[in-house]
Amino acid sequence: MPPKPIKLAAQHISMAFTRDGKTTPVLSDINLEVAQGEFLCIVGPSGCGKSTLLSAMAGFLSPTSGEIRIDGQAVTGPDPRRIFVFQERGVFPWLTVEGNIEFGLFNVPRHEREQRIAHYVKMVGLTGFEKAYPAELSGGMKQRLEVARALAVNPDMLLLDEPFGALDSITRLTMRSELLRIWEAEGNTVVFVTHDIEEAVQLADRVAVMSDRPATIQQIVTIDIPHPRDLSSVRYLELRNGIFEQLGLAHKI
Amino acid sequence: MEAGSCEASRQSGSRPSGSRVLLIRLRPLVLIAVLLILWQIAASRQSVHVLPSTFETFDGLIDLAQHGLLLKYAVASLFRVTWGFTAAAVLAIPLGLIIGWYRRAELAFNPLIQILRPISPLAWIPIAILWFGVGDGAAVFLIFISCFFPLLLTAMNSVQNVPAVYINAGRNFGLSQATLIYRVLYPAVMPQLITGLRITLGLAWLVVVAAEMIAVNSGLGFLIIDARNAGNRYDLVVAGMVVIGVIGLLLDLGMRSLAGVKSLRWGTSED
Repeated sequence: MPPKPIKLAAQHISMAFTRDGKTTPVLSDINLEVAQGEFLCIVGPSGCGKSTLLSAMAGFLSPTSGEIRIDGQAVTGPDPRRIFVFQERGVFPWLTVEGNIEFGLFNVPRHEREQRIAHYVKMVGLTGFEKAYPAELSGGMKQRLEVARALAVNPDMLLLDEPFGALDSITRLTMRSELLRIWEAEGNTVVFVTHDIEEAVQLADRVAVMSDRPATIQQIVTIDIPHPRDLSSVRYLELRNGIFEQLGLAHKI
Repeated sequence: MEAGSCEASRQSGSRPSGSRVLLIRLRPLVLIAVLLILWQIAASRQSVHVLPSTFETFDGLIDLAQHGLLLKYAVASLFRVTWGFTAAAVLAIPLGLIIGWYRRAELAFNPLIQILRPISPLAWIPIAILWFGVGDGAAVFLIFISCFFPLLLTAMNSVQNVPAVYINAGRNFGLSQATLIYRVLYPAVMPQLITGLRITLGLAWLVVVAAEMIAVNSGLGFLIIDARNAGNRYDLVVAGMVVIGVIGLLLDLGMRSLAGVKSLRWGTSED
């Protein structure tokens, strides 16, 4: 099988924030490649700059030095071909479920727009809630709505920033398998930031492990277990424990 | 799904029974009745006549209504408030949103606004009369001045309070600057704007009474000052005050019902 083409390449990314005359380095010489259709997870200690890196990939922030290229083109700003999924708070509370999914479809002809809305409402399991406002939805439903809003514009890439962080643990498990199902159906390239190592090992093709600030990429772990993954298999535990050790965490309480 | 039904059951579970609802609804009316009784007792026991009784006030209201003054003056006051308030809203809200959106504009405008804002609208009365003469123009101008700065600041602040996620999400879907303002910023600030409009309308209603005492020869403020000057008719003074209070309440209820529109009031229903 020929190697898949590179979708995203981050080259020598460094970032520093200046506040009150003090400069804090956040990212230090990050190099990362993501293949087309790959599911990459970025894990690291909280506050290490994972989300900053993801925001730079989305084009919301410009790196202090270095360059991010997507499909060979330098990222200079946000683009509907790569949609950033925030924690559930990213849905527009003044629009209904339908209105939210429709939000990015302003250039799509009416008939197709309606088809896509119906398709993605169904895909994320919000049938019957088309006219509901986000305030009437649970956290998990809002999160699914945001994923649907992102998918509706047919993006090549999804950039997810701790999307399930605010959900309870049962909903989080369901959401993970839903996301995998959608990813397998749609074939987007996914970059998924989380501080949850288990989550990363359950979802990703590869896991990039970041260090504390100023963050570098310590290691990239390939998760060579086919889906659906057995969470009690020896290989799963081995890979997971490896990352725990890499981050200097004893997997004991 | 689970949350939808939880929500529903919580609401219906905490909903009190019919008779209790009636009691809660009646409570404000009972309090008003108690105040009226206390007022009447106080008025009937006074040795020097410094407070018109409830009956005198009621007769005063009837008197005004029969002469057609009640309606005429209420309409005159509402007319001025409507024009001054609407003109201020139409100018101040878009201007405030734009100033708030462009950080540099805010830095430039803020000191000027902070100097003009604390000047009481009443301090503008001589200037208003000089420019517009004694009449509707002066009163409308005073209402405009009293509403313009609060609305401008509300609009500016509301932009700053919009969570960055909404703006970033809007940019992510490829919206132009103009569509971003129209499709994201505008709905995002709506709940705060509605609150600001409500408070400012109340302010306008306060100011119109003061303005009419000096700058015009009609309206509820004029009624009060004229009733005193023309013959110490304090029954008419208090009757005018009651009318002002009731109309103020109705204005506030009207603005509140605007905040009840679902696509606008999202801010209050967000948990």
